[in-house]
Amino acid sequence: MDNNVFLISVISMGGIGAFFGIVLAYASKKFAIKVDPRIEQINEALPGANCGACGYPGCSGFAEAIVEGEAPVDGCPVGGREVAEKIAGIMGVEASATQERSVARLYCQGDCEVAVDRALYDGVQDCRAAQAVNGGPKACKYGCLGFGTCAEVCPFDAITMDENHLPHVDIEKCTGCGKCVQACPRNLFELVGVSKEVHVGCKSQERGKDVMKVCKAGCIGCRKCVKACPFDAMKFKNNLAKIDYEKCTSCMVCVEVCPTNATYSDFDKRKKAVITDECIGCTLCKKVCPVEAITGEVKVKHQVDPEKCIGCSLCFEKCPKDAIKMIREE
Amino acid sequence: MKLFLIFMGAVVVNNFVLSRFLGICPFLGVSKKIETAFSMGIAVTFVMTLSAMASWLIQNYILIPFGLERFLQIVSFILVIASLVQFVEMVIQKTSPALYQALGIYLPLITTNCAILGLALLIALKEYSLIESLAFGFGAGAGFTLAITMMAGIREELQFGDVPKPLEGAAIALIIAGLMSMAFMGFSGLIAM
Repeated sequence: MDNNVFLISVISMGGIGAFFGIVLAYASKKFAIKVDPRIEQINEALPGANCGACGYPGCSGFAEAIVEGEAPVDGCPVGGREVAEKIAGIMGVEASATQERSVARLYCQGDCEVAVDRALYDGVQDCRAAQAVNGGPKACKYGCLGFGTCAEVCPFDAITMDENHLPHVDIEKCTGCGKCVQACPRNLFELVGVSKEVHVGCKSQERGKDVMKVCKAGCIGCRKCVKACPFDAMKFKNNLAKIDYEKCTSCMVCVEVCPTNATYSDFDKRKKAVITDECIGCTLCKKVCPVEAITGEVKVKHQVDPEKCIGCSLCFEKCPKDAIKMIREE
Repeated sequence: MKLFLIFMGAVVVNNFVLSRFLGICPFLGVSKKIETAFSMGIAVTFVMTLSAMASWLIQNYILIPFGLERFLQIVSFILVIASLVQFVEMVIQKTSPALYQALGIYLPLITTNCAILGLALLIALKEYSLIESLAFGFGAGAGFTLAITMMAGIREELQFGDVPKPLEGAAIALIIAGLMSMAFMGFSGLIAM
């Protein structure tokens, strides 16, 4: 009897289980919904931070939008080029070649040492709150308030506040998500291509004299940079120099002439052209050089004067034999 | 008449949530918004009706004839209900994406809820017929929907209320559940079962 009950139990339970197992296995085949496998692949290629910088609800929403053709393959500002190329590979299209990684840059150098305060602010330690109280404590109406709201909103810890209350963007960590651009009440952040080395660190539209009163590092509107730029990349509007990044080659000539260092760059990153033995002496580079740093005769290997070379890379682009290399000076 | 009595009994008198205290977790977890609470209720009603039928068939055609109802009831009910709901979910997903979207994630979530198992065991205990079981299952689901939608309505209103600090969140939800349960006690004696 006992044996019998045991057997019946096993058989009936096993039977029910097997029956439903088979039915479910059959149903999963029969009623399978075709989900585009590319959605899953793209989702894996994306960074997975779900930051929403692309404008879609999370990475999976973005992946669906790409497959439906709504979003561009390079629409993820965080993943940048690398991810865009992966997605383009999955979708079978070319990623637009000009797209480079954008990073946030701060357009103010007025820390608490060089820029004066006009009042004592004792309220909520937040730039947006300070801005609401009669424009905040800074004497400059355009400058950084220095309460670090940008550093707080940065989801990637790329912004740190220095001891003089000025934010610094770590361009290695910055993904160009644009959170700080939105958060800054004075619109001091802009997203710029990572290869751009020269920046005008001032947004003040006051006249030079008024700028000098409130800040030692502001643009005073002397236009020296505009005259010095060999590429017509420096624009001047509303008492303020502004770089046209389409034209700028990061040659840093403007930085050399700026009297207040409002236009700044890192000279260590300046590149120099070096001509290799591939040179056939066509003189094209000599003609294109804006500072006459290249010398040489026809059909003889040309030479670059490193003292004169500003690293604009015009010759590098012009050379038909790829005989010119841009090398960063040590 | 008896069917109606069973139905009403399951909806108000012996409400699954407020009198039998089954299915408390979705009742507290999914009752923050009326909309989601209602979809949850609909999904529960659907699964309950379905599992009432399934468990009745299992009970009367497999368990009782083989004399297994005493010790294989729970495990076989769970097995059958879970697979059946999974199957129905697949069918719905294929045939009616709109309905699938509406029931959403709730459908697979509630298959192993205690209210569902409680229903199956109660049907076996009360020895209902198939039609009576269906009425009981549907009534239980309707009662759950009623309770959770009311709860969600109260909790939505409560957002604007002045709740004492220590009672905010889950604490006040439990107090409300208790008060609602007490209110539903008033229905006892409405139907003599």
